[in-house]
Amino acid sequence: MVDIGAAEGIPPAEVEDVELYHAKSWVTKYVFCQDAKVIAIQYSITAISIGLVALVLSWLIRLQLAFPGTFSIVTPSNYYQFVTMHGMIMVIYLLTALFLGGFGNYLIPLMVGARDMVFPYVNMLSYWVYLLAVVVLVASFFAPGGPTGAGWTLYPPQAILEGTPGRQWGIILMLVSLILFIIGFTMGGLNYVVTVLQGRTRGMTMMRLPLTVWGIFTATILALLAFPALFVASVMMLFDRVLGTSFFMPAIVAAGEHLKYGGGSPILFQHLFWFFGHPEVYIVALPAFGIVSDLISVHSRKNIFGYRMMVWALVAIAVLSFIVWGHHMYISGMNPPFGFFFATSTLIIAVPTAIKVYNWVLTLWRGDIHLTVPMLFALGFIVTFVNGGITGLFLGNVIVDVPLSATMFVVAHFHMVMGIAPILVVFGGIYHWYPKITGRMLNERLGQIHFWITFLGAYLIYFPMHYLGFIGVPRRYYELGETAFVPASAATLNVAITAAALIVGAAQTVFFFNVIWSLYKGKLAGGNPWRAASLEWQTPETPPGHGNWGKELPVVYRWAYDYSVPGAGQDFLPQNQPPAIPAR
Amino acid sequence: MTESALTDSLEAPPRQGGWHGFAADWSSDQRAFKSATWGKAMIWIFLLSDTFIFSCFLLSYMTVRMSTTVPWPDPGKVFALTIAGREIPLILIAIMTFILISSSGTMAMAVNFGYRHDRVKSAVLMLATAAFGASFVGMQAFEWTHLILEGVRPWGNPWGAAQFGSCFFLITGFHGTHVTIGVIFLLITARKVLRGDFESGRRGFFTSRKGRYEIVETMGLYWHFVDLVWVFIFALFYLW
Repeated sequence: MVDIGAAEGIPPAEVEDVELYHAKSWVTKYVFCQDAKVIAIQYSITAISIGLVALVLSWLIRLQLAFPGTFSIVTPSNYYQFVTMHGMIMVIYLLTALFLGGFGNYLIPLMVGARDMVFPYVNMLSYWVYLLAVVVLVASFFAPGGPTGAGWTLYPPQAILEGTPGRQWGIILMLVSLILFIIGFTMGGLNYVVTVLQGRTRGMTMMRLPLTVWGIFTATILALLAFPALFVASVMMLFDRVLGTSFFMPAIVAAGEHLKYGGGSPILFQHLFWFFGHPEVYIVALPAFGIVSDLISVHSRKNIFGYRMMVWALVAIAVLSFIVWGHHMYISGMNPPFGFFFATSTLIIAVPTAIKVYNWVLTLWRGDIHLTVPMLFALGFIVTFVNGGITGLFLGNVIVDVPLSATMFVVAHFHMVMGIAPILVVFGGIYHWYPKITGRMLNERLGQIHFWITFLGAYLIYFPMHYLGFIGVPRRYYELGETAFVPASAATLNVAITAAALIVGAAQTVFFFNVIWSLYKGKLAGGNPWRAASLEWQTPETPPGHGNWGKELPVVYRWAYDYSVPGAGQDFLPQNQPPAIPAR
Repeated sequence: MTESALTDSLEAPPRQGGWHGFAADWSSDQRAFKSATWGKAMIWIFLLSDTFIFSCFLLSYMTVRMSTTVPWPDPGKVFALTIAGREIPLILIAIMTFILISSSGTMAMAVNFGYRHDRVKSAVLMLATAAFGASFVGMQAFEWTHLILEGVRPWGNPWGAAQFGSCFFLITGFHGTHVTIGVIFLLITARKVLRGDFESGRRGFFTSRKGRYEIVETMGLYWHFVDLVWVFIFALFYLW
């Protein structure tokens, strides 16, 4: 594949160079900024900050599970509110925003060789609407009655009925916040997609894009098509709650009294929610797939194995993810042929996913593996992702899913596959691109400490949970109490899990210390510390300046994976290096 | 990389048609849609996303209509108006539909005149489109008032399933919002065209490249989409 287009000439420019908006004051340069790189950092800081709130919530959940009733701040209502907000924040406000708004904004223009996103103004609005969504979300913590405690799935009818915590304001603010998030995301998402499709530099074909861009690109398309279902569900539930309509509300008798609702369909909400919810898993996973492919290739000094198959696997996963949502609803009741269909389509996703895992491993095979910190996180991802993926095969089968549903097994599964695995990639990505963003390296020793505590700690937390699920410990329960089937040792295990969770959470301070310390004291990185071939490392300045590329846009001659090329002077060829034999 | 490497040494190869051309475009550099500007590509993708929103609304409406146990009110009777002593079913809806479809025609002509740099005709046709749109929204407001006075509410109505009012206000309201936004942007664009912003390359919100009238077409694509959605609402809500 080394010779992809290498012998071709330079194609003519089709689009004249853009005229960028030039910031004149400090406010337009760093606050209301239209530069994708600044927007990316704004997105990342906001997402990580709100993510820390969710981390603290998870501590409180774990403390209650390990020591029921010991901590007076965790009442039963609080517990449900914490569980709900932890899930919602982590999935949507942290991971989705960080991968697409953070990594997407920073990397897409640099990797495709553009000066900025195609609509910088809309891109800026996207961040501010996202921030507003976060503010509304945070406001629900201070509203009378607190945030909603309906579970992150917000299933009606209980989400809006009397007795659910946060029924007064929490659920309203939650739904408004989701609607705002979707509006903000759509503005950003259109930018990412159009920049990849229409804003590439000369020589940059779709099949020369780094897999990071492919991952973010497919995930954004998924998001643009999946979020509408959540949007519609949120609007309709807001109507049910505020106006008293009955889209999702059946006739209900509560405390001997007929409620005013009647005739709606709670299952309709579940369909809408999971039509969004399942693609959402891949909205988080596909950017992680893309980033990890690049990390593995760069740090094992080998081209990615099966680039084309990696791209088509991403596309196949994206398409399939729209026809599997029913596997979240097996226990909601379903016509058996539908269960058969959804189980089959779910298991078919294992094929492209397995292609990706094999290709990562084959990229490593006989590579010149450098166990740098980003590489450690990438390897950690492969392990945790395979682990979570295999338990996914259990839950994809109707007959295995029915007894395991709503147990700790499910909690362990999705935390492994879409919690820990993508977070490891987030860390890997930050360790990898931090030198480009700041011009300084993160401290390696601190990074290794951070990795090992996080990786091993994650196993200590989630591996025992599979076992708890097998013996039937239900999820979302405030406390277990006395049961005939859960042995006393389960309580001991819960204490151990909580201890691990507290340590792993606290260990993240090592990371934050590293990020802040290295900003001032880190080793100077230079333009391309990892000797990487993709375009973002070839910018004239580090960190990249306004407009990214100085006077002339780069011209791309090859794919992003020319590592260890025989006969080349160095062990990699940057994408913008012309072929040795001139064209013609 | 030397500066000399940047000179364009090649002519653009002639573009092929059919499937070969499609494959060639997608495997080329710079742009996947060769003739589409950034704005045009953006609006198409946005409309695809918006299609999913309206599809979800309409599918949800059909689901609750089938799941409710109470009879659904007869749209033919609900949306009838008594004119000159005779009750004519769906007469207002028919007029509204006719107006909105007609406005697509004026919009298409505005796009054409825009590309010919005929600023006055383009702007006038856009204003006509906006007037059609505004009268559509006006008639919708009349229809809402009419129904509200008859006792239709989002949470109930005198004739049957409560979901009738819920779906009616939600779907026509959401569509009406789209039309209203379209009218506002039509007015803004018409003003910009008339003033010659796109000739002088004047910068500002909702801007365009110098000498290009692609914004008019972008506006038109949105407008046609809003019309098309109305056809589905008309068929599925009023005629079913």
